[in-house]
Parts: sequence; structure tokens; C-alpha cells
Amino acid sequence: MLKIEIDGKMVETRKGSMVIEAAQQAGIYIPHFCYHKKLSIAANCRMCLVEVEKAPKPLPACATPATDGMKVHTHSEMAVKAQKGVMEFLLINHPLDCPICDQGGECQLQDLAVGYGGGESRYQEGKRVVMHKDIGALVSTEEMTRCIHCTRCVRFGQEIAGVMELGMAFRGENAEIMSFVNSTVDSELSGNMIDLCPVGALTSKPFRYTARSWELSRRKSVSPHDGLGSNLAVHTKDNKVARVVPIENEALNECWLSDKDRFSYEGLNAPERLAKPMLKQDGKWLEVEWQAALEYVANGLRQIKNSAGAEHVGALATPHSTLEELALLQKLMRGMGSNNVDFRLRQSDFSADGKRYGVPNLGMSVADLNTRDRFLLVGSFLRKDHPLLAQRIRAAVKNGAQASIVHSASDELLMPVAHTAIVAPGELVNELAQVLKALATIKQTALSAEAQSATVSVVVAPGAQAIAQSLSSGERVAVLLGNFAQQHPQATQLALLAANIASLSNASFGYLGEAANSVGGYVAGAVPKDGGLNAAQMLAQPRKAYLLLNVEAELDTHDAQQAMAAMQGADMVVAMSAYKHHATQYADVLLPIAPFSETSGTFINTEGRVQSFKGAVRPLGEARPAWKVLRVLGNLLDVPGFEYETSEAVRDEMLTGYSSARLNNALNGVALQPISVATHNGLQRVSDVPIYSSDALVRRAASLQKTRDAQTPVVSMHSSELAKLGVQSGDTVKVTQGNASVRLHVSANDRQPVGTARVAAGHAATAALGAMFGTINVERA
Amino acid sequence: MLSAHIQDQINRELIKYPADQRQSAVMAALRFVQDEKGWISNDDMTDIAAFLGMPHMAVYEVATFYHMYNLKPMGRHTLTVCTNLSCTLCGALDTVSYIENKLGIGIGEVTADGKFGLREGECMGACIDAPLLTINNKKLCGRMTPQKIDAMLAELDKS
Repeated sequence: MLKIEIDGKMVETRKGSMVIEAAQQAGIYIPHFCYHKKLSIAANCRMCLVEVEKAPKPLPACATPATDGMKVHTHSEMAVKAQKGVMEFLLINHPLDCPICDQGGECQLQDLAVGYGGGESRYQEGKRVVMHKDIGALVSTEEMTRCIHCTRCVRFGQEIAGVMELGMAFRGENAEIMSFVNSTVDSELSGNMIDLCPVGALTSKPFRYTARSWELSRRKSVSPHDGLGSNLAVHTKDNKVARVVPIENEALNECWLSDKDRFSYEGLNAPERLAKPMLKQDGKWLEVEWQAALEYVANGLRQIKNSAGAEHVGALATPHSTLEELALLQKLMRGMGSNNVDFRLRQSDFSADGKRYGVPNLGMSVADLNTRDRFLLVGSFLRKDHPLLAQRIRAAVKNGAQASIVHSASDELLMPVAHTAIVAPGELVNELAQVLKALATIKQTALSAEAQSATVSVVVAPGAQAIAQSLSSGERVAVLLGNFAQQHPQATQLALLAANIASLSNASFGYLGEAANSVGGYVAGAVPKDGGLNAAQMLAQPRKAYLLLNVEAELDTHDAQQAMAAMQGADMVVAMSAYKHHATQYADVLLPIAPFSETSGTFINTEGRVQSFKGAVRPLGEARPAWKVLRVLGNLLDVPGFEYETSEAVRDEMLTGYSSARLNNALNGVALQPISVATHNGLQRVSDVPIYSSDALVRRAASLQKTRDAQTPVVSMHSSELAKLGVQSGDTVKVTQGNASVRLHVSANDRQPVGTARVAAGHAATAALGAMFGTINVERA
Repeated sequence: MLSAHIQDQINRELIKYPADQRQSAVMAALRFVQDEKGWISNDDMTDIAAFLGMPHMAVYEVATFYHMYNLKPMGRHTLTVCTNLSCTLCGALDTVSYIENKLGIGIGEVTADGKFGLREGECMGACIDAPLLTINNKKLCGRMTPQKIDAMLAELDKS
């Protein structure tokens, strides 16, 4: 630690820190534009010039390392003169369009111009003009003329997003920020450039000209999408969500948001929003009062319970539902006498149920990811499924960590990957067993008798050997199972192997939570117990009645075909949804429920952090928070214990006794199956859920749907497979699974393992197909 | 695709730099492309980016920053006239307009037969011989007078 004096205040700061950081510690503000604590130092705006004693000229505080005994003046005559001079330069070419600028009211340049700018410009010449460019549906460069060339957006791309999509081309007064020859900015983190831009040069396209910043009310909330639980500030105007920006939380999203979290709010105001309860009578949908709709549901459920038995009712919810909603849903079901309730709709292997010590979770804190030096990522579309967790792992890799991948698809992770083993889904277990066996040899540790006998016929290939070598050389190892591994038909075997690898390499072992409440669903008890049916069973053994909470049966489930058949064959389907969606084809009642912005609720994120939030706006039309709907249903069905006044009461009941001790990834009494070389006839399906198809809200976010990531999925196969079929990249092929087929374009991807076809799930274009894993047939169209 | 010759040249250049700093060779790589093709297209930049393992935007930044790179075809002989202060004081603007009239093109243009292109340049570091111009960024010509320009153009016209 060293001591420096800033404006007469003594500050202790660590060696190597810059003057601007030391000043921040002391609560002294130094004006700046290009400096950002999360980005590298550029020192190109010169706004932070300060006077340092014994230095002959003003020095930039962001790039001047603090030294012991240094005396800094931030407001001396020399400093202020320098700052005013810089401001005059910055304003020479900056247009005076603050009255129509989206950044107006929250603009660093505007604020600092008030403090340091002149009232009048000495500059009479023409200002430079920069033509706008189209860089995609999310970020607008319409007013690039406003740019002050701080290069924050460029550095963000290089250092945080991992891909340099924007750059500063040309020189001097011709310099401008642009992308390479009109290409679009496709990063899944691109929206952060809007926040970083200290002026109004990069603005939000969806938000453009819809509100001034001072007209907005700000409400804290939590992201309902991925397992991270990013902290949001929901900005509202006239009872409508106008935009979403991050709230800084160093432990979770830092100061970033993924584009999914940031722009999904457009779905809240989508035209498909359901505003009134609806009943289907004689094949026609009628808008009805809540009372009528709820009584219809209660009577229907009671009838089925009395005639066929309560076990013929099943409840399915998405893991994006709140803790309170999931809690009341399972309570309602159990109160009626049915144990059929589940929220793990895309999972296919439930053999670990009842054998878990606790709630599966990340196994470490989110912030801990940055400190790991070895990663083994099993079955994860990391970047698209967990954009900000990927960012943390990218940061760790940048600091010298090694990441190894075992997966069935080789997507660009925008970071150097140490070793990869990309194999067909059927060989994933074998591949992981190879890593385990190799690791045991390297560590000279005997495997448990069970693992020993299970892996006896496993032959270690060089790829697995390299991964094991990498893991064995680490001190702080993390073994993580992604969405793909959790949805895999042998998910439990994968988990057991991963856990064995973790214990051999002294690693933390965890699951990357698929959705906002993947942990919360377990805590809420929304899983079957005592002979109840899980999500897969409920659809495989069709029930007479289904309660759907936020579920779009053909998009949110593991086997869309089977789910649709079950829905169509049911006597009664109650769809609780914020949207009028495909359920109109199979449901009997549509109950309009409030999305996250219109209800209070709680999400428990992937590390087990409980985060409650309140509604930001009133529910649209007659939509009501789902917990209230479920409470009334409970009352109508005379289920005891449904006297909640508030969502907090539900939460407190659910969280009584909840602590991190309940988080445990260990399994008890599940045996490793003997592993042999898998043989598979035909093509195996590899399916991801595209980033902007993962839940009902984001599917209706108009701007996100215009991005490259939201393009209609193509079938991606190894070129040798294409040659076998006699088709070429770009051709249309017929893809068949079960009794349905769809036509899709095909594209050659030699990183895709031979014998597999990648076909996305969760998308309308592939919703007619069957299970996310298994055999799929591709032929010439 | 970069030609085998260019790839050889870049590989030789890469020996000068640490193995994990391949992008250090970007300026040389751009030069090799321009030497061979006369100018650098966006496709060439993409190829260089792939060859050196750097973002194509970063190549574009470098190519647009330095004025000696031609981002469009600039004729077989690109004449670059310095118009910085010293040269201008010594009559560089007259040099420019003499060449413009003689060739019938303006700055940034190429003659119809594709032989000559004219560009404006930055200080060439030989102000003692102002006004200066370069031929294809390789040959520096000083104290340009109409007579010397005529002789130079006639000489170049032959090749």
C-alpha cells in the first residue's frame, strides 16, 4: 500500500493503481470519458487531466500510476484550465442536439459541459458530420456525429465480449467508429455498448425517441431469463416498461446485461399479450370474467378428480416462473391429491429424482468463476445459454485459466479453448469416462470400485488424455454441466462421471442453471414426490387434465411432438400465460397472468441466491399475478392453507429453513452403469435452444427476433454427411422425427461430429419434431 | 486468398515477432498485398485477418489509418504529392494542379487507361527537397518542377 495526497486528503491505495482509482476511493470525482473501471486504460479523451506536484504539465489521472508521497490537485488552476481546454476541444465537433438526443439527461458530456464548458463557442467553422451505419437491430449509430472517440465500445468488444466488432477507422478528424464493411454487431452482449457510450452516439434502437430519461420511473427487478439472475432497473413511463438497464451487482452481472435481459422487455408490450380470461365454448374463444373462468377451471378439475382421480391431473410450469407461483402450483396440486407437478420441462433423464442430497446448483458462487484456473465444461452452449457466465469464464481464461470442452457441438466461445472433445450425444458418457480414467492414471489414484468396473472397457483417446492432463495441473478447478448435459437422456450418468472427475481433481462441481428459477423450482417443491409423475412421464402417459404455467407446450418441452399429442388428447387444458399463444389450439381456458414486470416474486439463481422483486407496472388489462390466480383456485377448490395475503407470505413460508446447506449436488444411491462404446444407427439429433427462443417473453421481443441469433434454425451437419445425402450447403432438406417432418435449410459444419444433425429446439420452425435427443432422419427434400 | 508469394513474405516477416504476437506483422502484410495487387480490397483484409488470427476490424483500422495504403485501385503508378506545410510553402499545390491538368484527373482519381493515379500525401521527411512526391510509395522525387514532372511522366508512360 502507498499513500498519496489528493486535494489535501490522504489516501491509501494499492501499488499499481492509478490516480483516478485512488481519488475514487477518497470520494473525489475526477471528470472523465474514456476511463472505465472494467476496461483497459486508453487515456485518449484527456478529460481527467490533473495537476501533480513536481510534474511540469497536467497528467491524465486515469493513466498516471499513484506513487508514494504524490500530491495531486484536481481543482487547482492548472487542472481546471486543462480540463476546460479539453472540454472546448471535445465540443468543437459535438452537435448541439441535446434537446432531441436520447442521451439527454443522462449524458456524461452534457453534465461535464455544464461544469467545464464555455457558455459560447469560439469555434465558428463547420462541424464534422459522420454518416450513420446500420449495425443491427439493437444498437443505433444514427448519430455517430456525436461520438467523442473515447473507444469504450471498441475496448468492450475486444476485452469483455471477446470479439472486436466495432473499431475506429481512418485518422484524425476523419476518424470514426464503425464495423467492418457494414457488418452487423452480433455479440450477445452488444447492448452494453449503449450504456458505456458517454454520449449519445450509440443509442438503443428499440428505445429510441420513446421517452426522455427524466420522465421515467425506475424500479428494481431481477432478470427472468438465464440462471444468473442479473439485477435490472426497469424504467417505466405511463405504466409501460420503456426500457431495462443494469443495476450494478459485482457478485452477479457486474455492470453488464446480456442483450436478452436488456431487450426482452419489448415482449412485455407485445400485441399477443393476453388481457382477458378466455374460455373455449363450442370451438370458439370467448372473453369472460375472471369469476367465470376460475369457476370453470375449479369445476373441471373437481370433476376429473371425482371421476378419474386426482392423479389424472398434471401441472407443468416453466423454470422462468417465480418461486411463489411454483410453490402455490405444487401446493394446489398436492392439496387436490395429485403429485404430478414439474418444472424441468426440457429434462429427459429423471433417474436422480429422490436420490439427491439437496438442490442441484452451480456448486460455487458466480463470482468464484473468475478465480478458477481450470474449467471442464460438459455439454454447454455456454455463450448463448449463459452469456454473462461465459463472460466470467472468458475473463478467467484471459488471466491464464484453461477451459476444456466436452460437448456435441463446437460453437465459437470467443476465448482460447485449451482442449475440446466434440462427440455425438451417444458418446458423451464414454468421452467423460475416458477423462475420468485418464485423470485417475495421472493422479495415480484408484477409482472407486464402482467407477473401476464401470469404466473397465473404456479406452482413453488422446483428446480425453489432454483434458485430464489440463485438469490435473490445476489448483482451482471447476467442472460444470451445461443445459445440454442436463437435458441429455443420460444426464445422471454424466453428472456422476463429472462428480467423480471433480473429486479427483479437487474441483467444484456444479450445474449451470438453465433458467431464472432452476434452483427455485426445487426449493418451491415443484417436483414430483411419492409416486408423482415427472414432466416426461406426464406427457408420455397422457393425463386427462393439464395445468400449464407459462408453458408453451410445443416450445418449452423436451419432446414437442409428444407434448402436443398429450395436450390435444386431454379433456381439459388450463393455460396460464401472459400471451395468447398456440394454446388456443388445444386449451380450454386461457388465464392471463402477469409477467415478471407486473408481479412481485422471487427467483433463486443458479448459485442459490434468493432475490425478490416487486412489480414495476400494473398488470396489463385484466391480467393478474399468477400467485393470486393460484390462490383463488386453491380457495375455490377448498384446499387448506391458501390464505396468503401477499406474495411475501408465500415466499417466507417456502424459505423457512432455507439456507445454502440445502444446496448440494451429490447423489445417493445411483449407480454408474457399465460404459461401452455406443453404437447408433442413423443420425443423432443435437439440439440447442436458440438464445432468443428460450422463453415466452424473449420469443416476443421484436428487436431481438431481428438479430442474427434469431434467424430460422438450419440443420447443421458434417460435410461428409451432406455428401452421403447428395445435398449441398444451402439446400432444403426434409427432417423427420416420429410422425412429423419439417423442411429446413441445411448447412455444412465440419466441426459437427459425423453421425449427428444439429436441429434447434424451442423454435416454431422445428416445433413439429420430437425429442431433443435421439434419432433424426434427414433426407433430400 | 492470399497468394503463395504473399504468404511466404508474411511468414518471413513473422519470424521477427514472438509467436503469440502475429498481429505485429499486419502492416507488412498489407504492404505485400499492395505491392502485388496495387491496392488492398476488403477481401484481402479479411484474408490477412484470418492469416494473422486477428479481428478483421483491427486490420481495417490499420489499413485506413495509414495513408500509404490504397483502399481502391490507384493505377499502375500512384503519384503521391506531399501537401503538408513545408511542401505547400514551396509550391506543392502548384505541383498538384500541374499534374491534375496534365493527366486530366483530380486527387484520388485514376486516369482512364489505368496508368496513373494521384493522391495527396503526408510529410515524407525530406522537406529540404520540397516539393516532394513519391511514385508507388517507393521512389521519392524532390524539387518537382513542371519540366521534371514532364520527364518523369514520360519515363513512366513507357513502362
